[in-house]
Amino acid sequence: MSQIVLPQSQISYLSDGVSLRSWLLTTDHKRIAILYMISITAFFFLGGSAAALIRYNLIVPEGMIQSAETYNRLFTMHGIIMVWFFLVPAVPVTIGNFVVPLMLGARDLAFPRLNLASWYLFMAGGFCALYALFSGGVDTGWTFYTPLSSNYAQGHVVVVVMGIFISGFSTIATGINFIITIHRLRAPGLTWYRLPVFIWSLYSTSIIFVLATPVLAITLLLLMFETLFHVGVFDPKLGGDPLLFQHLFWFYSHPAVYIMILPGLGVVSEIIPVFARKELFGYKFVVWASVSIAIIAFFVWGHHMFVSGQSLFASVLFSMLSYFVAVPSAIKVFNWLGTLHKGRIRFDAPMIYALGFIGLFTMGGITGLYLAALAADVHLHDTYFVIAHFHYIMVGGMVSAYFAALHYWWPKITGKMYPEMIARAAALLMFLGFNLTFFPQYILGYLGMPRRYHAYPPEFQVLNVLSSAGATILAAAYLLPLFYLTYSIFRGARAPANPWGSLGLEWQTPSPPFTKNFVVTPTVTEGPYAFSKHETFDV
Amino acid sequence: MSEEVAPHTHFQYADARHQAETALSGMWLFLASEVLFFGGLIVAWTFCRHWQPAGFDAGSRETVLWIGTVNLFLLISSSFVYSSGLAFMEAGNAKRLIQCCVATMAIGSLFLLLKFYEWHIDISEHLFPAGPFKINGADAGGARMFWSFYFVATALHAAHMIVGVGLVGWIALQARRGAFADGWLTPVEVIGLYWSFVDIVWIVLYPIIYLVGRE
Repeated sequence: MSQIVLPQSQISYLSDGVSLRSWLLTTDHKRIAILYMISITAFFFLGGSAAALIRYNLIVPEGMIQSAETYNRLFTMHGIIMVWFFLVPAVPVTIGNFVVPLMLGARDLAFPRLNLASWYLFMAGGFCALYALFSGGVDTGWTFYTPLSSNYAQGHVVVVVMGIFISGFSTIATGINFIITIHRLRAPGLTWYRLPVFIWSLYSTSIIFVLATPVLAITLLLLMFETLFHVGVFDPKLGGDPLLFQHLFWFYSHPAVYIMILPGLGVVSEIIPVFARKELFGYKFVVWASVSIAIIAFFVWGHHMFVSGQSLFASVLFSMLSYFVAVPSAIKVFNWLGTLHKGRIRFDAPMIYALGFIGLFTMGGITGLYLAALAADVHLHDTYFVIAHFHYIMVGGMVSAYFAALHYWWPKITGKMYPEMIARAAALLMFLGFNLTFFPQYILGYLGMPRRYHAYPPEFQVLNVLSSAGATILAAAYLLPLFYLTYSIFRGARAPANPWGSLGLEWQTPSPPFTKNFVVTPTVTEGPYAFSKHETFDV
Repeated sequence: MSEEVAPHTHFQYADARHQAETALSGMWLFLASEVLFFGGLIVAWTFCRHWQPAGFDAGSRETVLWIGTVNLFLLISSSFVYSSGLAFMEAGNAKRLIQCCVATMAIGSLFLLLKFYEWHIDISEHLFPAGPFKINGADAGGARMFWSFYFVATALHAAHMIVGVGLVGWIALQARRGAFADGWLTPVEVIGLYWSFVDIVWIVLYPIIYLVGRE
């Protein structure tokens, strides 16, 4: 690729057209990222309100909400919205859309129109799901286990499954776009080992998008067929095999769990070196840890089925394979600590989120080992221990990472600085609120409280009240950024091109960037974290 | 997308070749995800056949072998015709490309018509797995399951065929407007990959629907 000087008027992407049409028909990856951001923010607060009602219900042992039926619909709505319409698209699709071409020194993704189409698919799927959830809801849980979902559930199972099916193709399209862009549109000199770790983690995530999502799609298609025509594929009463559904479902959904953490690991690997002013420790180990997590992800699905009656041999094998995931995960944690060691650490808001991430991710990861152990899982299966474990990863980990990314790239996205002190306060509040909400759930699960029940024995009340109290703090911590970030769009100070003194390519262009990102395609001569060579860059 | 480096080349690419190779690799990756899409179905199918072999065999014997076989030949020849069109276009003959596209669409439509006719036969013989069913007795459960997979797989394949016929028609229209006159053939190649893939899916589905268990 040769250097090309564009005869392009240098206007920011935000002022390049202000009409609604210029936004809804845009093929600019940055504007599509904003479209995603608005949509997932709405989904996040919708899913969050369902969670708030769940915690409200569990304040008293007999349940504040009278009907168990309503409670079932609430946790199903919470799960479906948070998994498919917030966590899966949050960091990879939203943040990724904005920064991937910028980090590569490219002017857009490889297939901009496909990128816009994937947003429309996402919205079409989202509206299907919303229609189903608001016109009565679904009571199957987000996992749609058969035969409950196909022949016993009440509500609009087919519509909500259709929504997930459609939005699945949106993520496949984004995955293809990212992989091809990373292969084909890197700036001159940007070799694979000079890529930011965030790019590597999105590459790994995209592999899962492209190779796991279609299996979910076909599973959901078979589920819809069974539900609509009452024929047996998965329902044992009609001659089907319910375990087949679980195998197919988890073949997608376990890798999908890593869709919900890998990009977060990438975000933290970006932020830690910048705010420790030190080169990322063990770069190659961190990037290959991402890739190996994505690969191992495809071979561990059976650990969701230890008590399903699958063969003991299969269980032992899946248990052992699940332990392997801990190795690359631990490599990452130790490398972040190695980066922090003797660094000149600054506690800006993105860094506070990132440090919180390390702690919460570690807690979630280590408790995952308990669940991967066969004997322990028989006791802990389907209890609040599982709930606490995956919320530590997905909320403590991924949602923290999303907020870290949002604050870190906010100046680049909007061209405005957010108010630093209140952002730090929100980050700390989130950490405290999160732990107060979910740590008691580990104890509840260990004591034997099962998940998905709308009532519980009175001796569990103290811990449940603590958890619900934590949820209110957490809710406040999530609402704060909504206000101060919106405020900063209108009243915030103008952001410089590179407020954090970072070395990534996305910071070498103005904030907000031009429509075509770079006036001159940059040439890269060193890795993204070579802070030792850039002492003067310090801010 | 107003500003272009060269005709047909979008601004994020260095040159036409860079863009063409990228488009092709994008289609290959999409096909990889399609392999997993049909692959998931075929794995589930194979698993269930091993579980209830007698029922699946009983179901398989009811399929209309001659239609499946004619359709197999139709699709293989359609891929040959379309590829010939690409070869003609590489030699600069747009008229032949258009003719080949029209022939491909005709063969594809014939495939679909035969498929609709076959479904009509299947349904009128009570082979749709819901409701009253032709096969009774011990093999009924497995046979119903065979026919569930049959209808999901063939409907999915037919949907791909309908999209394919539309895309080939789009190529014919582009060719008529002279879009490929300057040697820019990327869409012809990309759509050709897709068409051949849909063809290959039928080559895989054919034996597991019509041949296995027929004795």
